[in-house]
Amino acid sequence: MSCSQTLWDYGLRAFGYGERLLPKTDITFCEQVVLIGSGMIWNVYFAVVAIIFGFLFATALAFARVNAGPLLRIPANAFVFVFRGSPLFIQFFFAYELFVQIPRMGFEVDLGFMVLSAHTSWLTKAWLGALIVLFLNTSAYSAEIFTGALRAVPKGDVEAADAFGMNGRTKFRRIVFPTMLRLAWSSYSNEAIFLFHSTALIFFTGFPAWRQQGDGLYYANYFAENTFNPFVSYPIIAVYFILGSLLIVGFFGLVSKRLNKHVADPPKLKFRMGSILAR
Amino acid sequence: MFEICAEPRSLEGLTWLSCYLTTPKHAAMYYSILTVLGLLLAVVPPILFLGFAGALARRSKIAPVRWLGVGYTSIVRGVPDIVFFLFFPIALDQAVEYIRHKIKCADVLEPVYQGNDFVVCQAAKMPLGIADQFYHEAWGFSLAVITFAIVFGAFTANTLHGALNAVPKGQLETARAFGMSERQTFWRVHMPQMWVYALPGLSNLWMILIKATPLLFLLGVKDIVYWAKELGGMKTQVYTYAHPDWRIWYFGALLVFYLFLTWVSQRAFDRIFARASRGLSVAS
Repeated sequence: MSCSQTLWDYGLRAFGYGERLLPKTDITFCEQVVLIGSGMIWNVYFAVVAIIFGFLFATALAFARVNAGPLLRIPANAFVFVFRGSPLFIQFFFAYELFVQIPRMGFEVDLGFMVLSAHTSWLTKAWLGALIVLFLNTSAYSAEIFTGALRAVPKGDVEAADAFGMNGRTKFRRIVFPTMLRLAWSSYSNEAIFLFHSTALIFFTGFPAWRQQGDGLYYANYFAENTFNPFVSYPIIAVYFILGSLLIVGFFGLVSKRLNKHVADPPKLKFRMGSILAR
Repeated sequence: MFEICAEPRSLEGLTWLSCYLTTPKHAAMYYSILTVLGLLLAVVPPILFLGFAGALARRSKIAPVRWLGVGYTSIVRGVPDIVFFLFFPIALDQAVEYIRHKIKCADVLEPVYQGNDFVVCQAAKMPLGIADQFYHEAWGFSLAVITFAIVFGAFTANTLHGALNAVPKGQLETARAFGMSERQTFWRVHMPQMWVYALPGLSNLWMILIKATPLLFLLGVKDIVYWAKELGGMKTQVYTYAHPDWRIWYFGALLVFYLFLTWVSQRAFDRIFARASRGLSVAS
């Protein structure tokens, strides 16, 4: 079987398209690369969606912790404490058991122009349940980074904005938020990389892989167990993850350039995979 | 355990619960907390050793040693740790068995990798098939310690590398001006000051290490995650203590346990920081 045929058969296997049965005997290198790559789409999906929503929620959390009254501040602090203080591994297990307990029922949300139907059993599926956990987790870690940055926004900048007569909303949009982002950005890029790496945990915790549709590590593990040879599939997924991390660094570098356009000597986002110590 | 627990089916309420929580299986779960704490303590020396080796290798004047140091730290950190937790135990296991096979069964000519199988002779099995259950668990635990050490050694190497660079150059120049040799400068001035800069990074690593201990479960060690799954699952009337699916409570308890562990660590580190930075002008 040629490699392009393998790509056709297994390229989207992680989403249930193509060949149903996974290769069992005579596993070729090409099959390993294609199937693990197919699973990596899940990792990218989880990382991208969790980061986008996590970014928004983390910003809100950071403002609640710094600027809001105790009614918002205390829950925000507690949220960050719980999610940063416990292992993501246990959070996955706990959330899965929690979602399993929720009674099965369907919802219909009438949006006026269309009707969305949702079902609580989706929560026990990785695509939604694990995503929620990842989203909450990255929100907590990012909120911690943003809180630090928010506290470091120079007072003079805010006072200058006041002196210009900016109202709260304009001040936030033009002064506080961009400065906070600029200060937090290099730590935040580490958080993004770390979150991308965390996506590999999903199918090894509570969430089962439905019809063998798993992420990259799920297939890497499958091959290692079936060939009794860990020296091929794990290096393949390692390369995928390093490439993904490089892409993230590249993207965050571009944004950093834009954020620091007005700064004379902008801090360089160097590719130091080492600084992933933010967690 | 207690006399009143002789007939669990007739018990109710708190008595039932207290009997339930003191069954031998629960005792095994409490004992596995010690496994987690034991692992945390057991991995620290090898982690620090590998961390130092890595940091010093990265500063080495010999290029290949430096490359080795840089390669080790960046590869381990560029890949999710869970990949290593799946890879190293089986890789180390195979490496050990392969070497033992070559030594002990030199007369066996068949290749070790036969298609999709990894075949070594009986004498090369590690631990031996006839060995006591204890040795199997000890071997699993040792593999876990080595894996943790390799992964976290790389993180530590990076922290120590940064800390060594953070010591003000003036301090080292002064030491040299006093006529200290390279070695003396390193041990008497560079190292003692390095710790202050390394502490924040090391404390952060300790937190990550705590939160990585549930991965023991993946390594086949019977840790608290294993027992939570085992004990929490639904128990039908066949069992002495029947109960519905209680895993959510068990994992909730684990969550609280880890929160407590990180909280205590954080408080301890706050104290150490305050102590270590006395007399030094270190920001925050």
